[in-house]
Amino acid sequence: MQHYSLFSVLRESLRGHTGWKPAWREPQLQSQYDVVIIGGGGHGLATAYYLAKRYGQMRIAVLEKGWIGGGNVGRNTTIVRSNYLLAQNIPFYEMSMQLWEGLEHELNYNAMVSQRGVLNLCHSDAQRDAFARRGNAMRIHGVDAELLDRPAVKKMYPFLDFDNGRFPIYGGLLQRRGGTVRHDAVAWGYARAADGLGVDIVQNCEVKGFRIQNGAVTGVETTRGFVAASKVAVAVAGNSSRVMAMAGRQLPIESHVLQAFVTEGLKPVIDGVVTFGAGHFYISQSDKGGLVFGGDLDGYNSYAQRGNLPVVEDVCEGGMALMPRLGRVRILRSWGGIMDMSMDGSPIIDRTDIGGLYFNGGWCYGGFKATPASGLCFAHLIARDEPHALARSYRLDRFASGHAIDEKGMGPNPNLH
Amino acid sequence: MRINCPCCGERSVDEFAYHGDATVRRPDAKAPDAMAQFTAYAFMRTNPHGSHRELWYHAAGCHAWLVVTRIIANHTIADVELARDVATHPVHDKREVA
Repeated sequence: MQHYSLFSVLRESLRGHTGWKPAWREPQLQSQYDVVIIGGGGHGLATAYYLAKRYGQMRIAVLEKGWIGGGNVGRNTTIVRSNYLLAQNIPFYEMSMQLWEGLEHELNYNAMVSQRGVLNLCHSDAQRDAFARRGNAMRIHGVDAELLDRPAVKKMYPFLDFDNGRFPIYGGLLQRRGGTVRHDAVAWGYARAADGLGVDIVQNCEVKGFRIQNGAVTGVETTRGFVAASKVAVAVAGNSSRVMAMAGRQLPIESHVLQAFVTEGLKPVIDGVVTFGAGHFYISQSDKGGLVFGGDLDGYNSYAQRGNLPVVEDVCEGGMALMPRLGRVRILRSWGGIMDMSMDGSPIIDRTDIGGLYFNGGWCYGGFKATPASGLCFAHLIARDEPHALARSYRLDRFASGHAIDEKGMGPNPNLH
Repeated sequence: MRINCPCCGERSVDEFAYHGDATVRRPDAKAPDAMAQFTAYAFMRTNPHGSHRELWYHAAGCHAWLVVTRIIANHTIADVELARDVATHPVHDKREVA
């Protein structure tokens, strides 16, 4: 793998940039691997990287039906944070946060990790109490959290509508270590690093079925023929139900569409991530200058990667209620991503009842921030055949056993998590 | 997306509230495997890519509960029926078709 450094940039600038090589190979699909990972998104690529890096010599393939970075890893709003409430979630997401902090050195790739702070605003006494509780839960687990009062928020973001008639701003919960990471670069960085460790990343290769004998998986049928593998790992969030249906399994998951928006490029106007706790609206500004924002799910099952206009209107109303100056900005584009909405709002990283078949999914709209930890924990599960200590709760059978991890307390209603 | 309510005609989707898969049925609590059946009823979904029978409530309209048959891949609505008719005339229940 070509090492990227200031020296390599200077050397290439003197040579007219003729020496750069492709960041990863285009390998031929082999007929047999030790581990086949289905899905070349952030989680699949991170899984391949950590498997190859930390869990020994293996022949690993990542099969991607489209192209690297073309799925949900390129459709999210790039926010990373570890501001959770429940003990099953906080250590996992905090490990992810710490992996983000070291990611660029680990991968030798500029992922533009920017710890610009994530501020959740509260608009009532009850919401402030809930934030105080969540902040305390975070601090007990060693995660940074600060409860800000109204003047402190006003000092950070004086342009917000503090005296909104319906949702005045009471304060906020701030995680300074949260922020944004350039999502495409995460996919490319993991792909390049995994490829450098010998992982075959095969694009335009769709899995069409599983071959299962005597209760154990022996390989997968693909559009490029059969591939034998004693371990097959599914990391296809958004389409989990469709892929697992090919193995004859149902999941506690519904697919839903979540829309996001980017405005025209502006000079710097908002330096952190701000979420409007009352109106399902969150916003940050990309380094290119566009305001990146989104809101709530459309709320019905969807695989369409596009939503409907009432939610566009709802998100923009939320934005105007929080930040009236947005009214002068033009939206450049909007899009939809398909979420694996699980029945309790929390993810699944587990073995299945089919030998050698492992499942990773149910990330709801929180998959991007979890990418490094998800990859590491899934790699651990695949290599050792036992769950990683921090992902022990993300079991498939937790719904049957009554151990659901319901951060928002919404019950089995996927569109409300 | 517009839903053709049998009472009100074609209305925008934002008048309706969504309540998910219409094909799940509350199991018999006295069945020997009631626990497994209730787990499937509460949590497990087919989540198909194609035709999906689902419950919608016309909250900002006539307050009717509807069973809508919708193609999930592209949001095309194939059929709308009153949930009452589906419940009282099981012959209309097309859940096996999907």
